[in-house]
Amino acid sequence: MVNAAKPIFSRIERILIIAAGLSAVLGLTGLIVQGNLDGRLTVAGAVIVLSVYLGHQIIVKSRWSCGTLFTLASLLATVILLEKLAPGSAKETSPHGWGYWFLVIAAWLIAWAAVEQFASIRTLSTAVQWFLRLLIPLLFGSWLLLGWEFVTRGLDVPQVLLPAPSVIAERFGNSMPILWADFKQTFLKAVLIGYAIGCGAGFIVAILIDRSPFLQRGLLPIGNLVSALPIVGVAPIMVMWFGFDWPSKAAVVIVMTFFPMLVNTVAGLAASNAMQRDLMKTYAASYWQTLFKLRLPEALPFIFNALKINSTLALIGAIVAEFFGTPIVGMGFRISTEVGRMNVDMVWAEIAVAAVAGSLFYGVLALLERLFTFWHPSMRNSGHA
Amino acid sequence: MINVRDSKVLPVILVVIAIIAFWYVMAVVMNTPWQNDVYERESRTDVAAVEFIQDTWSQERPVLPSPHQVATEVWNTTVKKKITSKRSLIYHAKITLSSSMLGFAMGTVLGILLSVAIVYNQALNKSLMPWIIASQTIPVLAIAPMIIVVLNAIGVQGLLPKAFISMYLSFFPVVVGMVKGLTSPETHHLDLMRTYSASGAQSFWKLRLPSSLPYLFTSMKVAVAISLVGAIVAELPAGAVAGLGARLLAGSYYGQTIQIWSALVVASILAALLVTVIGLLGRWVNHRMGLNHG
Amino acid sequence: MNVNNRSSVISVDNLSLTFETRDGPVHALSDIDLDVQDGDFVSLIGPSGCGKTTLLRVIADLEQATGGSMLVNGVTPAEARINRAYGYVFQAASLYPWRTIANNIALPLEIMGVDSATRKQRIEDNLALVNLTDFGKKYPWQLSGGMQQRASIARALAVEPDLLLMDEPFGALDEIVRDHLNEQLLSLWAKTNKTVVFVTHSIPEAVYLSTHIVVMSPRPGRIHDVIVSDLPRERSLDIRETPEFLKLANRVRDGLRAGHSYDEAV
Repeated sequence: MVNAAKPIFSRIERILIIAAGLSAVLGLTGLIVQGNLDGRLTVAGAVIVLSVYLGHQIIVKSRWSCGTLFTLASLLATVILLEKLAPGSAKETSPHGWGYWFLVIAAWLIAWAAVEQFASIRTLSTAVQWFLRLLIPLLFGSWLLLGWEFVTRGLDVPQVLLPAPSVIAERFGNSMPILWADFKQTFLKAVLIGYAIGCGAGFIVAILIDRSPFLQRGLLPIGNLVSALPIVGVAPIMVMWFGFDWPSKAAVVIVMTFFPMLVNTVAGLAASNAMQRDLMKTYAASYWQTLFKLRLPEALPFIFNALKINSTLALIGAIVAEFFGTPIVGMGFRISTEVGRMNVDMVWAEIAVAAVAGSLFYGVLALLERLFTFWHPSMRNSGHA
Repeated sequence: MINVRDSKVLPVILVVIAIIAFWYVMAVVMNTPWQNDVYERESRTDVAAVEFIQDTWSQERPVLPSPHQVATEVWNTTVKKKITSKRSLIYHAKITLSSSMLGFAMGTVLGILLSVAIVYNQALNKSLMPWIIASQTIPVLAIAPMIIVVLNAIGVQGLLPKAFISMYLSFFPVVVGMVKGLTSPETHHLDLMRTYSASGAQSFWKLRLPSSLPYLFTSMKVAVAISLVGAIVAELPAGAVAGLGARLLAGSYYGQTIQIWSALVVASILAALLVTVIGLLGRWVNHRMGLNHG
Repeated sequence: MNVNNRSSVISVDNLSLTFETRDGPVHALSDIDLDVQDGDFVSLIGPSGCGKTTLLRVIADLEQATGGSMLVNGVTPAEARINRAYGYVFQAASLYPWRTIANNIALPLEIMGVDSATRKQRIEDNLALVNLTDFGKKYPWQLSGGMQQRASIARALAVEPDLLLMDEPFGALDEIVRDHLNEQLLSLWAKTNKTVVFVTHSIPEAVYLSTHIVVMSPRPGRIHDVIVSDLPRERSLDIRETPEFLKLANRVRDGLRAGHSYDEAV
């Protein structure tokens, strides 16, 4: 009764697969009616219908096999459908008839059903949980990308509005040197240097004012307020002061990252409780001993929180600051000029770089956090509800 | 409740005074080269220290304007100008504020709806939520100019494109906060609803939604601040002539530092006001919910 | 005792519950046989880990058994829950901080669709029953722990269930408040003649309150002994000094010791 031997379809899953089967049948009908019955499209439709039938009726013993079956079916159907979408073959077989689109919807629904199946797997094994935690978002992400591809190419969405992922990928591949130069200018110089100085300064000032409760009471509310202000606005000033090249962007990043670090470090240094501090007192520990052995470790989760917030802020600051003037290189510069030339695919390529850089930056910090603060309750029960 | 030792008022005032004093000193230091150039051109050599300092504080395009210059400019462009005037900062602030508020409202509604869907659908929770969290690490603000230009290209103009950016920025914190809030009720509270065999809707309206309100307001504070930033950045791409962002850009084109600083000051006041309003609203709700009392 | 023509409220037959965990199966309950009759006050007592709370949660359908059967009012626990057959009192008062005491009591009534006039009447009655008449407009955090727990009892009673399930309701309170509430609970039980299943780990509390004391032992959680009390139904706190009371308490203590014969780390 606990470990289900056969898939228990919840209501939504039942609706999904029935809808998928129906729309596949409709799609096939459409192809026949429109006289477009093509061997491969037939296979695509048949695969979906078959997987729905199998999933619902016969072989399936578990959510795993059900999910895998649906994934494979949708994958196969998608490959066939995408191929028919390719330019050249697109016009002559005219797949844009309603039969074709019903097949697309069917593939999409069956993919959704697959995600539902995987998402409702209950397991006690940590490894399997990890695997699922990666698999499900990946399936969902690729499903989103494919949907994007289908919509933009199938409906002939104008390039300017939204280029297809394949177009962006192509542009990305063709513009590696430019993208790399921009990345070097914006990320490796402005972001990293500004981030290091800003976070370092925030941390040092927090330590400096640690012994003065008066200064803390004065600086904390101001720091909190400043964290909510539109600090990117100082970009034009910094460009005036430090010139067009990366130092002005680094300066913006410094200003943006300083206050979150200051506020969080001060809060973190206050995180140890009275009993722990009394314990250090009974050892007659010096101020610095207490700081290094008790208060800084207790402050680490707060400091990492600031480091993570700042990683995003730093990237935003550097890119936006470039809108106010740069030498002819840099991610923000590229975005604003290519937008002006309506080269939207290049803009998206640059955004992809920013996205990857941003999430890697954040990911590295999150890993370091795990390494250093594994003892903290928020890390110990990391499996979310 | 007047406890001088623990009060924040005095330290804050002193720190603010210290900052302003530092600002004045820096204004002298940073404006000195230009002032020396001026004197050289006028071939003046013996300038008294007091006059020199006063001169550095009253240049027309200083590297760093002195606080009173900024204050005067803010005063002149807000109180003394008609609100309809293109040179009134209130006029520009209103434009920025309206698009950021529209975006903020849309973003909050979208965020709440999405969080409800995520909390009530396992598959969405496991598939969409990781992407929402991951997308917070992406500098979404970088897309702002593109959205403006692209929407302009298909004929959407005016308030809406800017509001879209504010919406886009503000819905993330709301989703994340609301998911946390809607899942915040403790097990015994949920068990209680189960012993009443309450329906899903009843559990939602009577337990999950009320419990999530404090989280909602915390994330709305973040969202309102970032939606203002979004609106300002959205005004940067060429073409925008009104709004605080446009003022910043125009100031940087023409080297009008005082104009930049005063736009910045007004933007900051606006942000502080918005955050304070949401914060007070949140405090009031928390109080009504009895959550400040443990 | 007077077992004549009373009906069985809860009957448990060979019930077991096994939790699957990362470290293998945990037998929370095993071989549970129990019969609770109309009007009984049954205490479940035992050391931590003996499954007494789990058993109560199975009765309330907050947990599902993995073997055996259980009937509550002649139907399955799930059906009984949907019929709203019982009131449940948690260890924590579990009052909503954003509702006043009166509105907290109204909560289950709103959910069950009771009309507002009846609601008002029931709130008044039950507040009076737990001596909180003047506190309806207060918020939970304005009340002491003992008063909060009384309010949560009033909330459980407001739905007028014949069966009251209580999970260590006074466990977090100090001795003096607990004595007072025990006395009130007993008089309330005498007044309303409800069936109560009461989880506790206090021997005096169990003996003082109960008609039947179910002694449980851990690993696997099972019933060691069911002791039928021969104390009169009407009792005051003074009864705790009588030899009969002490004899019963000793029997419970011996039962607990026997069920817990091997030393083990908790």
